[in-house]
Amino acid sequence: MNLLNVNLDPALLLLVVPLLVLQVGLLVAAVVDLLRTDRHVRGGSKGLWAMIIVFVNVIGPILYFLIGRVDVPVGDAEPGQAAAPGWGSPHDPPLVVPGTVPAVTPLAAPPATSPALAAKAPSDAPAAIVVEGLTRRYPGVVALDALSLVVPAGSVFGLLGPNGAGKTTCLRLLAGLGWPTSGRALVAGLPVSADDPAVRRSLGFLEQDPRAYGWMTGREQLRFLGRLHGLDGASLDRAVTDALARVGLDAAADRRAGTYSGGMRQRLGIGGALVHRPPVVVLDEPVSALDPEGRRDVLELIAGLRGETTVLFSSHVLADVERICDRVGILDRGRLIVEGPLGDLLDRYALPVWRIEAEPGQGQAVEVVAARLRALEWVTAVGVEHGLLTVAVADPARASRELLQIVGAAELAVVAVARARPTLEDVFLRLTGESREAAA
Amino acid sequence: MSGFGILLRKELWEAWRTRRLPMVAVLFVVIGIISPLTARYLNEILAVALGDQLPVALPEPTVATALEQLQKNLGQIGALAAIALAMGSVSGELDRGTAALVLAQPVGRPAFLGAKLLAIAVVLGAATLLASAVAWAYTTILFEPVPAGGWLAMTALSWLALVAWAALTFLASAATGSTTAAAGLGFVALVGLGILAIVPAVDRFLPTGLAAPAIAFAGGAGATVDGGRLATAVAGSVILIAISLAGALTAFRRREL
Repeated sequence: MNLLNVNLDPALLLLVVPLLVLQVGLLVAAVVDLLRTDRHVRGGSKGLWAMIIVFVNVIGPILYFLIGRVDVPVGDAEPGQAAAPGWGSPHDPPLVVPGTVPAVTPLAAPPATSPALAAKAPSDAPAAIVVEGLTRRYPGVVALDALSLVVPAGSVFGLLGPNGAGKTTCLRLLAGLGWPTSGRALVAGLPVSADDPAVRRSLGFLEQDPRAYGWMTGREQLRFLGRLHGLDGASLDRAVTDALARVGLDAAADRRAGTYSGGMRQRLGIGGALVHRPPVVVLDEPVSALDPEGRRDVLELIAGLRGETTVLFSSHVLADVERICDRVGILDRGRLIVEGPLGDLLDRYALPVWRIEAEPGQGQAVEVVAARLRALEWVTAVGVEHGLLTVAVADPARASRELLQIVGAAELAVVAVARARPTLEDVFLRLTGESREAAA
Repeated sequence: MSGFGILLRKELWEAWRTRRLPMVAVLFVVIGIISPLTARYLNEILAVALGDQLPVALPEPTVATALEQLQKNLGQIGALAAIALAMGSVSGELDRGTAALVLAQPVGRPAFLGAKLLAIAVVLGAATLLASAVAWAYTTILFEPVPAGGWLAMTALSWLALVAWAALTFLASAATGSTTAAAGLGFVALVGLGILAIVPAVDRFLPTGLAAPAIAFAGGAGATVDGGRLATAVAGSVILIAISLAGALTAFRRREL
């Protein structure tokens, strides 16, 4: 039954139908009783009372229904697309990445018999996070499209992508805050589930815009979160003190979180994700609200987790990802377009770039050189900014031979000509650009 | 239910720290004071205000008058307080994003909701107990000594009715995710069921049907209470609470945070 584009849960129907029958019965009984000839009604207006009863019983539920369905498209799977079968059930058959090696290294206290732990990352480390065919559709939008991903244990994995690429959707699904339309995931060898909280004992999660209970102090919030993870007594005290120190909130620990700035809330959120020392940490834009100093501190903190904790984090800041990540995945429009060790990606996808810095006051000559370069078949892109020419090339050998001759022929006075090291930004822009061109 | 005890403690702590518990307690204490006072001195107040223009002679106030006044106030002001307590309990956490903070921890959604409703019930229980204790003391002073046992029964029945109104609002809060909609629907339910309660055959199944037995118990007339009506009203209220909680769980279970 699917009315008004609403996906009704059969359990809800079982609950609602008897209530509706009861309600209609009561409505009829009330009106019949009211209209009885011997019935005394205060004020004498039976018609008015009958209208009020009908309004409360008919208009009210309709309003309730209309107000209630506002959240349905976001909160539920797309009509006709049930949540992934078996998603999150602890009884699901475990997911094993094809071609895995049987030798297993348990990550952190999960059942040693779990075959899922046999999942091996491409780097031969055991997999801390395994995602297979994860898809999340909303009406008219595919937020995540059959994402498959393996994050090796102990690594720092950066998830990149433009706005709306599906990074946050992916991370929230891993934290059990939603349901995929299809596909599934394992964290620390346990199936991810919104219904089964067990997997979240092995997970620390930071939201993109971390929230806090404004009436709690920072210390109280970490104690509360620590207790939910089974910490108590002296171990809780130690864990909270340590987490506060790691995120640099010791001085403000006893202030109400409601008085914290955005950056302090972000630090508190990171502290909350780390307080129980989980084997896997998922961080959504962990440095987005921080000042440069805070950014540096948190990036160092994340980098320091390498080896003891697996970190999966998303970011828009490519330099941050480049600075601390072992592996990188680039998402675009819900699809993983590339994934691998950072060095491999740079070698494979970043085309060489030359930067030519001209003497000041030669704008005309710079534009002339740029126009000549754009016409060459081995030049893929030319950028001009404040007298600096950036030339991306498809044939580095040819560029090495001919580029200086072209500049010399144009009689352009230059300060420097250098072959620049390709950056992750070059890879990102190239791949996401190609992805969009292919889609177009 | 994973984390239930910790969540319940947090809810009660939150009720205290955000002053919800003290405010509701003060409101209910005021109800406990005002109800017997109004009953006792209403005739004098009207006589002073209207003088000779008083159209009819009012009957002399009794303990029963005080009890009716108390039940009326608890059924109206108390019920509105119950709605106010419940309306933002789930939707407020969704709005503020703290629901996602908690549910990203090893916590089940049934525990999250169950702890909230139980905390509301505890707050209402404490407040109703205070109101009854104060009203009992004032009634004893202003009228005559009344047995405390009957008042305890009245307190329990009043509390059950208030929890039922809170549970309906709680369902709306979890289902709609909107505090305003929850408040409106809680109020509509209160008014709607209040109107339906005009029909005695319906009233005996509703929380409104608890008021008359409550007054009888507190007035020392427990023997006159119709056991069948009391049982159906209690059962109806308990079922209403259970259905509301089940509905809230069903609606909240599939909600994406």
